[in-house]
Amino acid sequence: MEIPRHWRLKQQRYALVGEVCPHCEGKIFPPRDVCPHCSGEAKTPYAFSGRGEVYSYTRISDGPAGFEESAPYTIALVKLEEGPLVTAQLTDLGGQPVDIGMPVEMVTRRIRSDGDERGMIVYGYKFRPVMAAQA
Amino acid sequence: MESTNASTANFPGLLKPARPVGFTGYGAYVPRYRLPNSEVARIWTDAKGGPVKEKAVTGPDEDVITMSIEAARNAIARAGISPLLLRAVWIGSESHPYAVKPSSTVVAEAIGASPHIQAADLEFACKAGTEAIVAAIGLVGSGMADYAMGIGMDTAQGKPADALEYTAGCGGAAYIIGPAEDALCLIESTYSYVTDTPDFWRRAEQKYPEHGQRFTGDPAYFKHILAAAETMMEASGTKASDYQYAVFHQPNPKFPQRAAATLGFKPEQISTGLLVPVIGNTYAGAAIIGLTAVLDVAQPGDRILMVSYGSGAGSDAFSLVVTDKILERRDRATKTADYIARRTPIDYGNYVRYRGKLALR
Ligand SMILES: [Zn+2]
Repeated sequence: MEIPRHWRLKQQRYALVGEVCPHCEGKIFPPRDVCPHCSGEAKTPYAFSGRGEVYSYTRISDGPAGFEESAPYTIALVKLEEGPLVTAQLTDLGGQPVDIGMPVEMVTRRIRSDGDERGMIVYGYKFRPVMAAQA
Repeated sequence: MESTNASTANFPGLLKPARPVGFTGYGAYVPRYRLPNSEVARIWTDAKGGPVKEKAVTGPDEDVITMSIEAARNAIARAGISPLLLRAVWIGSESHPYAVKPSSTVVAEAIGASPHIQAADLEFACKAGTEAIVAAIGLVGSGMADYAMGIGMDTAQGKPADALEYTAGCGGAAYIIGPAEDALCLIESTYSYVTDTPDFWRRAEQKYPEHGQRFTGDPAYFKHILAAAETMMEASGTKASDYQYAVFHQPNPKFPQRAAATLGFKPEQISTGLLVPVIGNTYAGAAIIGLTAVLDVAQPGDRILMVSYGSGAGSDAFSLVVTDKILERRDRATKTADYIARRTPIDYGNYVRYRGKLALR
């Protein structure tokens, strides 16, 4: 059972909360308390906008344990507009093709069930194609 | 305590908060996929269609929690407040992902509203969302809180081949209730009408609901909707022509159309908020997502009547007046028409897979 780990990671998983460096303003995800840019201590929480673009992607047809029922699905490396790269599943593609540079936005979705339908549901971030322009 | 308000004294049950309140933000959510009625008919009957064009269907990674998170984020964006100012997150639904473990705590955590909040899940069939809003009005209207969130959201269950399979859709809306001076829409008063009526139910651990056929129309939907609407209109001294818009619970297109006509409303007063033909019946989300479509286009000063209905049974009626804050706030989040326009039709096979109707083990 991984319940304690899911619980510790919920802020970062549900809402893409990372850190901002107080020394160089660098945005950090996932949070690691040390700035990768200037090596200074960085513990200030920072909520990312959730907007970014597809940096690279791959199609998974045989999912690993816990993801069998999700396959086939697309995993992408997403470059957030604040800088960091994150790995996440793409969702709501509705059959539309994925392109490098495609604008995407973060949504919180079911990632998987811990075990069978008696287990805990794990929620976390995925990315979808940006919705139609808002009037 | 002596009532100082003539209308509440003459109409027992008319709820008017001591401190004026309104909606300071609202947000809709409709999933991307659509199951056309022609697909249901193709599998189960010789007919070409059903009562609606199509219904909204969740993707395989969506449920009431994930849909509520997105609607809640839209509501916060429109309200323009820190989520830490919310004192309650209440979610009405009949399809909470867990039987025991609140949806509301996950949603509150994901939107950054916890831990100093009230949180609970409510169940009253399709009326649970408006009940959450009435509770939030009480919390803010009493002065105990400045902001509270009420959500109605469902991934409605329709048994394969049942008449409900044509219409049982997915979606809903979130509302932030706050002080009237910060509101984009004032809530003048609410009135609820509730009786014990056996029209629709689902027992614990049953996957699909049952309906008492001859109870669904006149003794259930129409009796409660009309009683709530008529009392609200009488108490507020209004008639149908005083409202620019009316929104009624919409299990199908015919019921709200007949209720509206009985109350003296013209088709153009209900058409903006009548979404059931294109997204299906979203149960606890149905009336309140209709209201989001109205708020997306309404003008300051417009008067709106909203009446929900939940089986079991009861109706909540709301008397609403739009303020000028609507003009700057509604563009801050995705509009309901944009969610409806984002549509990918699926066939019955993918529907069965996406909605988890296929037992793999
Ligand atoms: Zn740094």
